[in-house]
Amino acid sequence: MLEVSDAVVRYGAITALHGITFEVNEGEIVTLLGANGAGKSTTLRMVSGLQSPVSGSITFQGRDISHTRAHDFAKLGVSHVPEGRRIFPQMSVEENLEMGAFRRRGSTSGDLEKIYETFPILKERRKQLGSNLSGGEQQMLAIGRALMSQPTLLLLDEPSMGLAPMIVDTIFRIIGEIRASGTTVLLVEQNAAHALRLADRGYVLENGRVVLSGPSSELLVDPRVRAVYLGEDVEAAS
Amino acid sequence: MIPTFLQRAPIRRLLIVLGIVAVVELITGPPGSNQYPTSGFTGSYAEAASFFGLFRTQRWVEFVALALVAWGIVEFWTRFGATIRSRGSVALAGPRQVSEKRPVRVGFALALLVLGILLPHIVNNAFWQSALVTYVAIYVLLAIGLNVVVGFAGLLDLGYVAFYAIGAYTTAWVTGALPTPPPFGHPLDAFWAIPFAVVFVVIAGVLLGAPTLRLRGDYLAIVTLGFGEIITIFANNLYGITGGSTGTKQIPHPVFHVGPIKYTWGLAPVPYYYLALGSVVLFLVVFSLLQRSRVGRAWTAIREDEVAAESLGINPLKFKVMAFAVGAASAGFAGVITASADNFLFPSSFTLVFSINILVLVILGGMGSISGVVVGAIIIQVIQAYLNHTPPAGYQQPDLYIYVGALLITMMIFRPAGLIPSRQRRREITLYETSHEGHPDEVLLGDDV
Repeated sequence: MLEVSDAVVRYGAITALHGITFEVNEGEIVTLLGANGAGKSTTLRMVSGLQSPVSGSITFQGRDISHTRAHDFAKLGVSHVPEGRRIFPQMSVEENLEMGAFRRRGSTSGDLEKIYETFPILKERRKQLGSNLSGGEQQMLAIGRALMSQPTLLLLDEPSMGLAPMIVDTIFRIIGEIRASGTTVLLVEQNAAHALRLADRGYVLENGRVVLSGPSSELLVDPRVRAVYLGEDVEAAS
Repeated sequence: MIPTFLQRAPIRRLLIVLGIVAVVELITGPPGSNQYPTSGFTGSYAEAASFFGLFRTQRWVEFVALALVAWGIVEFWTRFGATIRSRGSVALAGPRQVSEKRPVRVGFALALLVLGILLPHIVNNAFWQSALVTYVAIYVLLAIGLNVVVGFAGLLDLGYVAFYAIGAYTTAWVTGALPTPPPFGHPLDAFWAIPFAVVFVVIAGVLLGAPTLRLRGDYLAIVTLGFGEIITIFANNLYGITGGSTGTKQIPHPVFHVGPIKYTWGLAPVPYYYLALGSVVLFLVVFSLLQRSRVGRAWTAIREDEVAAESLGINPLKFKVMAFAVGAASAGFAGVITASADNFLFPSSFTLVFSINILVLVILGGMGSISGVVVGAIIIQVIQAYLNHTPPAGYQQPDLYIYVGALLITMMIFRPAGLIPSRQRRREITLYETSHEGHPDEVLLGDDV
């Protein structure tokens, strides 16, 4: 569904991605792992058109999208939940959700109900301002807003950032439900344990390169992953 | 250290207002002279002033009275503002609740329109009849246009005067008042300058906007400021095209002539007032419909978070250029009306200060709030007309900037979202303040922001 091959991204003189290659197949949850500065967010920015690669290619459903502009991605069926959630602080929850359907014509009330079913708390808070929500509620709102455009591919940038463990569990359970309902998910995470338990496959990024990839079950037991991302002692792991 | 009674919020507010007024009083007033070098200072407070023509008193008495009135208004708002609004139940009600009140709002608007139509007959005084056009209506037109750019889309435009100038010069060109030959070889009525002007300012808005609106914040402000200057300098220097610094004095009055209907605007100001009022109403309707439309929601989204807006499929550049072009249209209209009512135009009237003036009207009224901007423009412009028409003793024309500046400062302290803030903007400012928690000024700012 989504193939990235040998993509290079530069910010001025600094190369953030030194040619990365990965793919996401329909119906999968794929996770990109890595430490701060590994290039996870840059990869997601690239796959959502916010940053163009200087070389390499990105294809989505067979179409080259390496130079498609960010605002046209919604039309393609790619929806990006940006890092830090970026909900509209002075719009109500419902207004935020309605903005998610901006590119669609016709009634959206059915979709609104579906989002409220997935996130009952948003229904309770629908008249409240985005800025008055808790972090977890804001994350749910950001995901709900992205779903309002009926994406076939959902890009999630660190949905667990700054949230309490219990909320993280809820969010991840919902990501699983979203996949079950037919949306492919590309998930960028620092919380490797959680992400790998949910995802089908994973890629580990380091300094702008893919250093490791494979099915989640394998990555979960890989000593290098365990040492670096799951906080285990290298000695103990080996 | 500071006595406790001085720390009480109302007392502090009074001291702030008195402080501002004291500074204003000392800066303004009669100038000094060689003979009495200190007279510029002593005259500021000792000079006798006529109290709106009611009785004569020393100048400082007038200013203290002004400070007390301002303080009274501030206190009234802090104490009863919230109650008044909650009775109106606009506070945080969703859009649905607002629409229930729609008939009331439409009725209110119609009442104001009737008042607007009757106004020239109520004032019935030659100066004020022409002031309604030159001081008020034109500026309302300009302010609501700039409000689209600054208030709706959140783009700081410091060169708005350029669009006004383009409108005015288009009128001169179309009517054959410039050295350049008019379009189609023969002069047209000034009335037909309107479509030309609108097309030109919209094109100018797109031409300026398309490359520059990729910039954000301060950078955009600088570029638009430059654009305003460029247009003025063009008008000044392109002698063979624009008539240079002397401009032109031959713009004819507009004539509306379609089939059997023929109407000629003459020297009398009232017909111009109705022309201006008509355009104000037209633009008010268009702008408020736009604000509630898909386009308006896109503007809000871009203003609040451009990256998020982009990831939801909103093309920021497209909508920003649209805001520029739409906002420019009313300035083009204003240019046509001014040029044809005055019959003359000079490049020196299209200055940076003019752009800033319009921006002040928008900020005072309440960015993003159409009714606020209209009210703000009317208040400031009526004050300005009053001071120019019946200057109090010792009043110098530049004093006006000090007065408006002081008003702006007072507003920013006590009511930062403007006279009639837009629902959204009120939230934004409240949010800003609560997110910078722990500042003791919270009490001082009152609960009405």
